[in-house]
Amino acid sequence: MSLRIMPKSLLKTWIKHLQSRHFKVVGPTERFGQYVFEEIHSADELVMDYPTSVLPPKKYLLPPRERLFTFNAKTMEMQPDIQAVPTVILGVHTCDMHAVAMLDKVNNTGYADQHYKARREATYLVSVECLTPCMEGSFCKSMGTLTVPENYDLHFTDLGSDYAVEVGSEKGAALLEGCSAFWEPSEADYARVDAVIGAKWQHFPYRLECDVTELPDLLALSQKSPLWDELGERCLACGMCTKVCPTCYCFDVTDEIDLNLEHGERIRQWDSCQIEKFAVVAGGHNFRSSRALRQRHRFMRKGKYQYEAFGLMGCVGCGRCAASCLVHITPVDTFNALHRLRQAAQNGSAAENTASNQEVQA
Amino acid sequence: MTTLLNETLKESIYMPTPARITAVKTFTPTEKFFKIALPSGFSLAHRPGQFVEVSVFGVGEAPISICSAPSRSNGTFEMCVRAVGKLTDALHRLAAGSTIAIRGPFGRGFPIERFRGKDIIFVAGGLGLAPLRSLIDEVINDRGKFGRIHLLYGTRTPQDILFAEDLVAWANAPRTEVHITVDRPDEAWKGNVGVITKLFPKLRFHARNTVAIIVGPPVMYKFVLMELLGKGIADGNIWLSFERQMKCAVGKCGHCQLHHIYTCQDGPAFSYAQVKHLEEAFS
Repeated sequence: MSLRIMPKSLLKTWIKHLQSRHFKVVGPTERFGQYVFEEIHSADELVMDYPTSVLPPKKYLLPPRERLFTFNAKTMEMQPDIQAVPTVILGVHTCDMHAVAMLDKVNNTGYADQHYKARREATYLVSVECLTPCMEGSFCKSMGTLTVPENYDLHFTDLGSDYAVEVGSEKGAALLEGCSAFWEPSEADYARVDAVIGAKWQHFPYRLECDVTELPDLLALSQKSPLWDELGERCLACGMCTKVCPTCYCFDVTDEIDLNLEHGERIRQWDSCQIEKFAVVAGGHNFRSSRALRQRHRFMRKGKYQYEAFGLMGCVGCGRCAASCLVHITPVDTFNALHRLRQAAQNGSAAENTASNQEVQA
Repeated sequence: MTTLLNETLKESIYMPTPARITAVKTFTPTEKFFKIALPSGFSLAHRPGQFVEVSVFGVGEAPISICSAPSRSNGTFEMCVRAVGKLTDALHRLAAGSTIAIRGPFGRGFPIERFRGKDIIFVAGGLGLAPLRSLIDEVINDRGKFGRIHLLYGTRTPQDILFAEDLVAWANAPRTEVHITVDRPDEAWKGNVGVITKLFPKLRFHARNTVAIIVGPPVMYKFVLMELLGKGIADGNIWLSFERQMKCAVGKCGHCQLHHIYTCQDGPAFSYAQVKHLEEAFS
């Protein structure tokens, strides 16, 4: 939409301004050498050039634990708990922005989830252009998530002494209102933005050996791959990969009630398809009884099922699952291994065809 | 008059509406039958094969299939519940007059319009007769619109037979045959013994004008499908109902996901053509 320039020295002023307007301001902060999204009380806590965060900002849209409604089991009165605290999330990486697009899609498909929707509408996303790779396991360039999707309200690009601030929505424009920290750009500023963004790509490697568009077909042909058994042997079924994932949204629902069995609440909390009980039905049948089947399900969702169900990839290449896996199961290694197995199988059958053709000719 | 679904979707898709148990019947030591009345002014307006989410506050919520026909609804509906978990155990402890809470109905039921003019084979295994009953009753209530009807029903023992009165009524309906088999007979049992596929030789039907609807445990599907496909019934004319773990019933919680399909919204009724290529569909 439109571009503004903000001197970095005025970031503090802007954050104060937002807080004075009663926005909850959230951003990446340092904790014990790692980075977490937390509420910011002063701009000093904010680390805009953080590598990656332990958890994605998903936790503000779909909290790890949330109350859906309260009930009175005697009178049967119920009250929905729908929260909408105006929140500005600063410094969201482009992979995580793609993940929010996925969460938006899921929660607005069919019957819209009012809890998510209220929170999402009150959330202002301020993304930041990634200029250097954040960690070894990330593969955003391969997944096509190294560019910001169109769902940003404001998008920051680090120009050295200034930030280029793209305004992506009316909500974004509203965040700039009444703050004099944002200047009209000059012609030279546009050139600076182009130069910075143009120069970044060479720093990011492609980590997948196939193209992202090949993943759904590759996975379709890999349903019976021996690789899943191998992953199943290693997997500890801890569920860490899904806990840190920015696109995983599966949840469990439980009741909690006081000792009088009168006042209670219905709670939803993050769940994981890697946990043994996830697909068990009443009576005990488990539709994914082994770790191999559960790992397969996870990777199928990431590279195939979600794409087919929602038109967006279920993996954004952030690399958090790779970094958190205790037994080094990673999407890059998994997709590449499947690709190599597939190629070997194709070469094998091609060689066989050639051989049998030769026999026929002989 | 409004539908329960409209109410369900209003403030929070997760918040149910109170409903009253008006009758409880004990079918077997593990299965009970419940008649539920919605608050006045509400209709369930369901399709055969759909389900509701049932809450007992403080215990939780579970998906339960509706076992009554829409044409006999009138602000009430029925469920047949096996006590196999926290929620269903709690339901079994409730008597007539108790209040529960309901969301729904959810999912896609059976496309009954497409069964018109055709011969129908119903195949039910155990508790699978419950969801199937909503469809059988709907068909029998509109008997003239359908061809010959066969119902094959298999249970473990004669004591496990559900809906005994309905089975008699259906057997007495015009051009309707009911065949029952049990795995383990008792001394009084004079009927068929053995797996449900043993009943197929009794059937006479023209495969090209026949639809089959199967509801039962996963292991039954494999063998019944082999029979039906072997008799030449087309993939798209075989319908099944899938059971999966569900925590939301609105396509969000991920538990019932089968490939790109959410069983709660895209199912639980599927044609065999829709699911035959999907790994994990039948195992």
